[in-house]
Amino acid sequence: MSPNETKTERPAAGEPIIRLENVWKEFGGNTVFKDLTLEFRRSATTVVLGPSGVGKSVMLKLILGLLKPDRGRIWVGGTDVTDLAERDLAPIRMRFGMVFQGAALFDYLSVKENVAFSLREHRLLPEAQIDRIVGEKLALVDLEGTEDLLPEELSGGMKKRVGLARAVAMDPEVILYDEPTTGLDPVTADTINEMILRCQRELQTTSLVVTHDMASAYKVGDRLVMLHEGQIIADGTADQIRTNTDVRVQRFVRGDANLSADAINR
Amino acid sequence: MFLVRTISRVGLYVADQVEGLGRFGVFAGQMFRWLVTDATRWRLLRPQLYQVGVRSLPVVIITGAFVGMVLAAQSYYQFDAIGRASWVGAVINVSVVKELGPVLAGIMLAGMVGGALAAELGTMKVTEQIDALRAMGSDPIKHLVVPRFIATFLMIPFLTIYCDFVGILGGYLVVWGYGVDTHEYWMHSADVIENFDIFSGVLKSTFFGAAIALISCYKGFQSRQGAYGVGMAALEAFVSSFVAILVLDFFIVLFLNGLYDLIWGRAGIFL
Repeated sequence: MSPNETKTERPAAGEPIIRLENVWKEFGGNTVFKDLTLEFRRSATTVVLGPSGVGKSVMLKLILGLLKPDRGRIWVGGTDVTDLAERDLAPIRMRFGMVFQGAALFDYLSVKENVAFSLREHRLLPEAQIDRIVGEKLALVDLEGTEDLLPEELSGGMKKRVGLARAVAMDPEVILYDEPTTGLDPVTADTINEMILRCQRELQTTSLVVTHDMASAYKVGDRLVMLHEGQIIADGTADQIRTNTDVRVQRFVRGDANLSADAINR
Repeated sequence: MFLVRTISRVGLYVADQVEGLGRFGVFAGQMFRWLVTDATRWRLLRPQLYQVGVRSLPVVIITGAFVGMVLAAQSYYQFDAIGRASWVGAVINVSVVKELGPVLAGIMLAGMVGGALAAELGTMKVTEQIDALRAMGSDPIKHLVVPRFIATFLMIPFLTIYCDFVGILGGYLVVWGYGVDTHEYWMHSADVIENFDIFSGVLKSTFFGAAIALISCYKGFQSRQGAYGVGMAALEAFVSSFVAILVLDFFIVLFLNGLYDLIWGRAGIFL
């Protein structure tokens, strides 16, 4: 699929772009998703919340076809991608950019080569144009002048920013963020949140962020979805999540494992 | 009850091994499909050629030289005792060219390159770099395995030739030190070694290279999480490559003996 085709096929703002339909997923007897149905709408930033091990990262990998559901269907922009072969998934995946939890930069390539990777693989562009795009994307994440550095020379926050620049290099329709602020100090984490907002604003993409960082969720999310034991227990705006009376939601939001239902109602 | 449990365990083990063999077959099939349908890029191949060829060369040279020297030191007294010291070159050089050169170059490569490939790809797997490749619409086998396979396949014959050369040289230096006549030494060596012997050694090495690359990349892709998982992948890559080299060597020798017999009419043991 050419980049132009991708643009013409983009659904209008607010339409569902990704749909998980009655999805079940199990790892070695541990059920991660139980009949999960969830839609993500275009041009919005949806944050999926939940404790570690609830399956947030698994959800992103299911959407990209890196993992297959045990049951259920996964739709991307009207295409059922559940049973697609690896080769057929490639054009679907090019509609996405993914920022991995540990950045997952190719450690044998420089920053420039990491960001230019998809451009070189999938588009026959002249080197000067690739240089220009790489420069633009690095400027978007405030990392001009780092082109020749290797990933081992970058701090954790810089790696995440290069990961973000690499994810947006092909101007994807959807950006998936896997724990973008995990392991960072509060100031660097806030810088990453600003980058996410900037990408959303300037590139007009759909964003799906999985995190357990409530500060990040409140800052970047138009819609917050909370998962618990494989099912959705809350879905709404930041204010709706804040005022949700479910004790499991409030324990997570407030970071208080001993919070009782009585304390919430008082 | 004990019998049932034992049969069940054996059955599970066999099923697991067969499944593993099947996965390896699929992996190899995908690699060969990319090899013939998509030209690998020079920028991916060049660093692998350097890694496999240039960086392995010193170890291969040292191994080859000492094997030739030890072989000479061991054989000299046996041949000298029967008054045939100048024939020792024939034994050393045939052994090096036909067997020890390719096999030892292969084993050194299995340790150095095979272990490194498995550890590198295993680390890429556990740090999600392989997932990142797939997420960007690239095939990890095409991008990571094909260049490593081509580099190992192409470089191992050259390494074998180097190993042969220094092995022969090392053997000669030791024998020369014992005072054996140089002219007779080389004359007897030339009488015994045929072009087919050199060809068979180099041909064997290409199979060893292919096996090392495929097995090591597969083990890297199958690596379990964590430092222990990556370490085990590297270990399994070396052990499996080592065994594969010995097994392949046996069957290739049988095949080449048969081929020699077919062309030049020399009777073999097995064919």
